[in-house]
Amino acid sequence: MPYTPHTKSDIKEMLDVIGLEKESDLFDSVPAELKVGHMNLPDGLDEFTTFSKFKKLAAKNVTDKVMFLGGGYYDHIVPSAVDALSGRSEFYTAYTPYQAEASQGTLQVLYEYQSLICELTGMEISNASMYDGATALAEAALMAVRISRRNKILIDAGVNETYIKVVQTYLKFRDIEVEVIDMSSDKTDFSKVEEKIDNTIAAYLFQNPNFFGTVQDFTSIINKLHENKALAVMSAYPVSLGMLKDPGSLGVDIVSADGQCLGNYLSFGGPSFGMIATRQEYIRNLPGRIIGKTLDKDANEMFVLTMQAREQHIRRQRATSNICSNQNLLALRSTIFLSLIGRDGLSKMAQLCFDKSEYLKSQLSQIDGLTICNSAPTFNEFVIETKLSADDFLSQLSKLGFYAGINLSNLYDNSKNRVLISVTEKRTKEELDEFVKAVGGVL
Amino acid sequence: MSIVENIEEKLQSTVETIFDKSHEGRHGIPLPAFDVPSASSLDESLLRQNRAKLPQLSEFDVVRHYTNLSNKNMSIDKNFYPLGSCTMKYNPKIAERVAALDGFVNIHPHMVTNNMNDDIQGTLETVDLLEKTLCEVTGMSAFTTTPQAGAHGEMLGVMMIEKYHESKGNKRKYIIVPDSSHGTNPATAAMVGYDVITIKSDEHGAMDFDAFKEKMNEDVACVMLTVPNTLGIYNKRIKEICDLAHSFDAMMYYDGANMNAIMGVAKPGDIGFDVIHINVHKTFATPHGGGGPGSGPVGVNDKLKPFLPDLGIKKVNNKYEFTSGGSDSIGKISPFFGNYGISLRAIVYMTVLGENGMHNVSSKAVLNANYIRVRLKDYFDVPYDSLCMHECVFSAKTLAKSGVTAMDIAKYLLDFGMHAPTVYFPLIVKEAIMIEPTETENKETIDIFCDRMIEAVKLARKDPEAFKAYPKTLGVCRPDDTRAIKELDIRSTH
Repeated sequence: MPYTPHTKSDIKEMLDVIGLEKESDLFDSVPAELKVGHMNLPDGLDEFTTFSKFKKLAAKNVTDKVMFLGGGYYDHIVPSAVDALSGRSEFYTAYTPYQAEASQGTLQVLYEYQSLICELTGMEISNASMYDGATALAEAALMAVRISRRNKILIDAGVNETYIKVVQTYLKFRDIEVEVIDMSSDKTDFSKVEEKIDNTIAAYLFQNPNFFGTVQDFTSIINKLHENKALAVMSAYPVSLGMLKDPGSLGVDIVSADGQCLGNYLSFGGPSFGMIATRQEYIRNLPGRIIGKTLDKDANEMFVLTMQAREQHIRRQRATSNICSNQNLLALRSTIFLSLIGRDGLSKMAQLCFDKSEYLKSQLSQIDGLTICNSAPTFNEFVIETKLSADDFLSQLSKLGFYAGINLSNLYDNSKNRVLISVTEKRTKEELDEFVKAVGGVL
Repeated sequence: MSIVENIEEKLQSTVETIFDKSHEGRHGIPLPAFDVPSASSLDESLLRQNRAKLPQLSEFDVVRHYTNLSNKNMSIDKNFYPLGSCTMKYNPKIAERVAALDGFVNIHPHMVTNNMNDDIQGTLETVDLLEKTLCEVTGMSAFTTTPQAGAHGEMLGVMMIEKYHESKGNKRKYIIVPDSSHGTNPATAAMVGYDVITIKSDEHGAMDFDAFKEKMNEDVACVMLTVPNTLGIYNKRIKEICDLAHSFDAMMYYDGANMNAIMGVAKPGDIGFDVIHINVHKTFATPHGGGGPGSGPVGVNDKLKPFLPDLGIKKVNNKYEFTSGGSDSIGKISPFFGNYGISLRAIVYMTVLGENGMHNVSSKAVLNANYIRVRLKDYFDVPYDSLCMHECVFSAKTLAKSGVTAMDIAKYLLDFGMHAPTVYFPLIVKEAIMIEPTETENKETIDIFCDRMIEAVKLARKDPEAFKAYPKTLGVCRPDDTRAIKELDIRSTH
């Protein structure tokens, strides 16, 4: 039988020790009327047949088209060393580091992770990871409610559309009031937001660059929030922080983000990981695990899980969150990624994304029947409108070998002909030029 | 972040972080070249003023640093890891091989937004296969793979229960959990806005039926039970509990953390449970990753089907299509299909096992746990002396009187190449030692573990003081947890 090492004589010896006659007696404590005859499942397969079966399924998927899809999940480089190191079973087959002496590897990686996230975001403290960018933003909103003791959250409509939905789900069951502030274009209307801010607001959630790729300076909104003792919560795109102003310098109170872009695969949306970073003063309100450095009984430095009185296994219904498993292995991958890419590499990666996106934007804008919709600067994503419906446009380009972008008509009203295009450092000039030619061809 | 003043005199050894190994001007991996004209810069107000102080190292520096750190971990591939309630079983390599296939790894989730399901039929078929297999294992009628971990699944389950009562115009206030429950159960109840009623355990370790009956009323939204429970005990009155709860139209929530004990033996759906979450990183052998990622698929019966989250799949004319939630859906708890890459590993494992293999897994897990229970029962206090399921719980309370605690026993084991059992959980057992060997360990390993546990008891009786010095071989011993909080240092200040 797969993955059980018991020989017939093992089984007999063990049953003898236990004092049972046969293996099925082991389940004597389960009431007979609840026992099932069988499951209607196929017989098991050997691993070679299993591999062929799944290889065939994988082959049904198409992965050879040139990728311009983004929207929170990006086709960035994944260095080989990230796979090699995270593929060490000493890391991936370990459990949560509850026994510190037996887990110094994982614990130190997470301490380094927390440090790197603080550097990246310009914030004071970070936890050891959340599930993903969407749930991290929802937890940040709950955190802001706890800190401010207020019950109303404003969300900018420029936040990733699926993130807004996840935040709404988390908050509606807590009777927290949520207002999504509409935008009339790709840009946040600052005066419209500022009008809504008063001393009943717990926090304003925004994203920069926003879902449409547009970059803005949110300083005046953040000032207004602070005047009203409300919190600024920003959903960030980590790669863009190689170029764009860090949330810490902006005066943001809680930053959340998705870490897929930092050395993790697209993987149909998961596993990725969420980050959450904030000010030191809010540490008791942070959800999830935190790793600290301390000394052992002989004064050797070592790492431990700390501030655990916030967590569910200690505090139960009074915990800051119910989160237990986080996304440790993905946080580890990003720790390795950020160490590999280093200080200069991150700036260069951001610059590459920006330059290539600007190049594509300028080339596309010369095509008749195509308009760039962004009315402000963008980082590496932008919205186009063409004379074709987004459905038509995307399916025609798909046939030519391009995933040309995200179909905004499936997400927003009045966006029938709009597509969100994303460009990463992986796209070569040759690919961009061919794409421009193909787009020109279909329009 | 302050460090005490006399630290320099006191410190025996320091750790070297990745930042300590950084050298100005060193570079790791090369990036693609700039092959397009450089764009004109954004306005200064939008730009970062100081670059993030990331370390600067060569690729090899990074590889050596993290390879060395990996050696400072215990892991299931290296060590027996009998952590109760965590199901640390062997993670078959075939699942990693499949999950690394380009055809699975490089799929963009917004293919869902674009409704381009033609190009990802293989992925959708694996989702369908997992959902259907889980239905068969649990007896539920539908599954969703959107939750990203067990606790996330719990939250989804309780949200659906809230929507169920709301749809009947029947707002409820309480969730019942036994005092032996995982911390995530009450924490989840609170996340969804419920108050928690905790029911004590009876002398057999099961939720006290009379105490439960007394608290059960029309304000109770659901009862959350782990089956078998965290003591490794199967509650014989489970059917009565379901019936009583249902008579008040309360829902029954099955915490599937301990499914490893019961596959092919009893199906939660048949017993009368309305909703279940599965921890695939426990029962279905996906790696724990040092604390995550998990994946927490949730199954429901017909009563709760209308409340399933927004996003699923169905097969129409031999082709998979996406479905959005109905008008009663709780909405989205994840953007797409949760931790798909983890769910994929689970279905690979289940494919290898098949029906017989799954039943065999549970049978051998229970065999191993009972063998340990019997071999050790004369050496430790036994809070509940009965046949156990996949794990057994002892108490070190007698030993503790002589000064050797459950934690001391745990630390002692670490020196012999074994991870410690779970200690101090479940909370209702004093000096708890909770042992879950899983089915993948052979008898020799389990015998060595038992011998070592017996050795520990003998040594504890003879020389309790000696125990405080363990572990001696791991380079560090007994962290100062109080100091960790008082002198909080949670990031490098390089």
